[in-house]
Amino acid sequence: MTQRRVIAGLTAGFILVAGACGSDGGSGGAVKFKVPDLPKLAKLGTGEGALNIIAWAGYAENGSTDPAYDWVTPFETKTGCRVTVTNGATSDEMVSLLEGGGFDGVSASGDASLRMIASGLVAPVNTDLVPSYADVFPFLKDQTYNSVNGQMYGIPHGWGANVLQYNTEVVSPAPDSWGAVFDPKSPYAGKVTAYDSPIYIADAALYLKATQPDLKIANPYALDQKQFDASVELLKGQKAIIGEYWSDYLKYEEASTAGSIVLGTSWQIITNTLTGGDPAVPVASVLPKEGSTGWFDTWMVAAAAEHPNCMYMWMDWIAGAEAQSQVTTYFGQAPANSKACALNDDMKAHCEAYHAADTAYAAKISGWTTPTTTCLDGRGDKCIPYSEWVKAWDAIRG
Amino acid sequence: MTTAMTPEPSVPPRGASAFGGLARFFDRRPRLRLWSFLTGPMLWLVVAYIGSLILMLSTSLHPIDEFTSQPLKSVWTMANFRDLFTGPYPAKILRTVGVALAVTIVDMVLAVPLAFFFVKVIKPRWRRIAVVAVLMPLWASYIVKVYAWRTLLNPEGGVLAKSVKSSPGFSLLSLILVLAYLWLPYMILPVMSGLERLPDSLLEASADLGGKAGRTLRSVVVPMLVPSVAAGSIFTFSLSLGDYISVKLVGGSTDVIGSTVERQLSTNLPFAAALAVGSIAIMGCYLTGVRRLGAFDSL
Repeated sequence: MTQRRVIAGLTAGFILVAGACGSDGGSGGAVKFKVPDLPKLAKLGTGEGALNIIAWAGYAENGSTDPAYDWVTPFETKTGCRVTVTNGATSDEMVSLLEGGGFDGVSASGDASLRMIASGLVAPVNTDLVPSYADVFPFLKDQTYNSVNGQMYGIPHGWGANVLQYNTEVVSPAPDSWGAVFDPKSPYAGKVTAYDSPIYIADAALYLKATQPDLKIANPYALDQKQFDASVELLKGQKAIIGEYWSDYLKYEEASTAGSIVLGTSWQIITNTLTGGDPAVPVASVLPKEGSTGWFDTWMVAAAAEHPNCMYMWMDWIAGAEAQSQVTTYFGQAPANSKACALNDDMKAHCEAYHAADTAYAAKISGWTTPTTTCLDGRGDKCIPYSEWVKAWDAIRG
Repeated sequence: MTTAMTPEPSVPPRGASAFGGLARFFDRRPRLRLWSFLTGPMLWLVVAYIGSLILMLSTSLHPIDEFTSQPLKSVWTMANFRDLFTGPYPAKILRTVGVALAVTIVDMVLAVPLAFFFVKVIKPRWRRIAVVAVLMPLWASYIVKVYAWRTLLNPEGGVLAKSVKSSPGFSLLSLILVLAYLWLPYMILPVMSGLERLPDSLLEASADLGGKAGRTLRSVVVPMLVPSVAAGSIFTFSLSLGDYISVKLVGGSTDVIGSTVERQLSTNLPFAAALAVGSIAIMGCYLTGVRRLGAFDSL
C-alpha cells in the first residue's frame, strides 16, 4: 500500500534521472594532470602536541608489537607530539582514509602518491625544513612518483620488492620463479595466496613480460588491451589454485602459521615476523628471477593537516639515520637515508643485502604506480587506466 | 501513537521547584510535550537514516575521475547502474542472494524443531534457560566468533580437520555454515513467540482427530508458523546479504556483494554505492514477498 507507493515513487524518480542524465560522463584522462595550487610550510613552528598518520604496517612502531622495535616513543619524548597510527592495508585504502580527513600525513607508495597530489589531498613539502633530506640517496629524489615539476611532495622513506614467500617444509624444491603461483596444475593448489588489490595485475604482467616476449610488455603498469587481457586471463586461471586472497597482513600471518597458505606473494616484514615468531614458522622468501613489483614509499603531508609542524618533525625523524636503521631492518627494505648505511656494521650488511645504494638494482624493480590511459612507456594513449584495472579485478575474483 | 496525544488528568503540583514549573508547563501543552519527546528520535530517523540513504543514492549517480578515482560531483550518469548488469556483477549478485537464501533455509530447518521443543515440550522454567542459551552467542563479539570458526574450519590443523579428519575448509559452504550459525538466534526468537501464540488445544484437537505427530506438524503447526518464520527470515536474509567480514575470514576466495563493495569503497565509491542500492532493491523485493506471508504481523 503506502510501501508500494514509496517504492513506485523511487522507481519513477530513478527513471526520470536516467532519462535526464543518461549520457556517459567519462572524461578522457591523461597522465598530465592539473596540479592544485597549495602552499608549502614556510617556517617550522613549535609542535602541536599531536600527530595522526596513516602508515604501512611496521612503519611506525612504538614497541607494542615487539619491545625491541620502538622509534615512535623517542620521537614523542623529543618533540612532545603524541603519535596516533592508522595502518592502511592497500594504497587504495590509504587514499580513501586520507580523503576522510583527520590525518596529518601518510606513507604513500607510488600508486597512491600521484593520485593524492592530483586530488589536492597532500601539500608540497619545503625540503629546507627537513634536515635529513640532505642525506637521502639522490636517485630517490625528484622522481615521477614523489615530485611534480621539480617540486618534492614528500620525503623518501625506503623501498623494496614484493617477494615470493613459501613454506620451506612443504614447498620443495624451493621456487625461484613467479611461475610457481601462476601454475594452474600447482601441487599446492588451494594453499596459494595472492594480494587482493587490482595493482596485483601488474605482477601477472611482469611474469608475462619475462615468459611471453611476443606480448612485448615493457612496463607492467603500461598495458594495452591485448597485454592487459593476457594478464587478466593468467589471473583468472590462477583463481583455481588460490586458497585465500590477502590484504590484511595479520590474516596472512595467521594462515601461514596454521599452514593453510604455503606459497604466494608477500612482504619481507611478514616473512621476518613469521620466522622470528614463537614458535618460528618455517617460511622463507625469495626475489624470483623475473624480478618483481615493488614500492618506493614517500612520507607526505596532508593538505588539511591539523598538526603540520609535528608532521615535518616526524618526516625529519623517520628519514633520519637512527630511525631509518630501525624501521628498515624491522620491515626488511632498503633505507632512503645514505647515512643509515654507514651507522654500523649491521647496517652496512643490511644495505648490502637490500641493494640500498644500487641504482641498477632499483631500476629492475617495477615500483607501484597508477596506470593511466597515456602509456607510461611512451606508446601513446592506448593503455588501460586504473579504473579498468579495478573492474577487471572484480572479474578475476569471479 | 494516538493515545500519547490525549492529555493526562492534571495533578496539582506539590513542590514549587523549577522542575515542578517545567512539569506544569508541559502538562498544559500536550502537543508541545509530544514534540519535545519526538524531535530527537525524528531527527535521528530523518538525518541519519533517510539522509544517508539519499546521499548514497546521489553518490551512485556520479562517474569517477579515471586517474584520481575521486567522484566527479558535477557530472551525472546512470553508468554505474548499467554496470551492475554486465561483467562479473550479475554472477556476484546471484551468488550473494543464493547464500542468503541458503542461510535462511538452514536456519529455518534448525529453528522450527528447536523452538517447538523449547515452547511446547519442556517445562516453562527450562524455557527461560533455553532462551538464555539461544541468546548467549550474541553476547560475544561478531569478529571473535568468526575467528573462532576460522580455527575450527582451517583445513590444515583446524579442530574439524584434526578430530573428524574432514573440513569444508575455507569455501562457499563454510560461509553458509558460519552465517547460519551467526544469525540463528534471530530466527529462533520469532518462531518461539509464534509458537507461544499457538494454543495447545489445537495440537490436542489434531491428535483427537487421529492426526499423528507428522500430520499435526504439517497441517497445523507449520501453516500457523509461516508468518513467524517469514519474520525471522527477514533478519537472516538481510544480514547475510550485507556480510563482508565472514566472507573474507571463512569464505576462502569467494566473492560476494559485501566484499566487492568493501573493495570498491576505496577505488570507485559511486559504483560501491550503486551496488548497495542494488542490495536495497533486492531487500525491497524480499520484503514485499514476505509481507504477503504476514511477516509484518509477527514482528
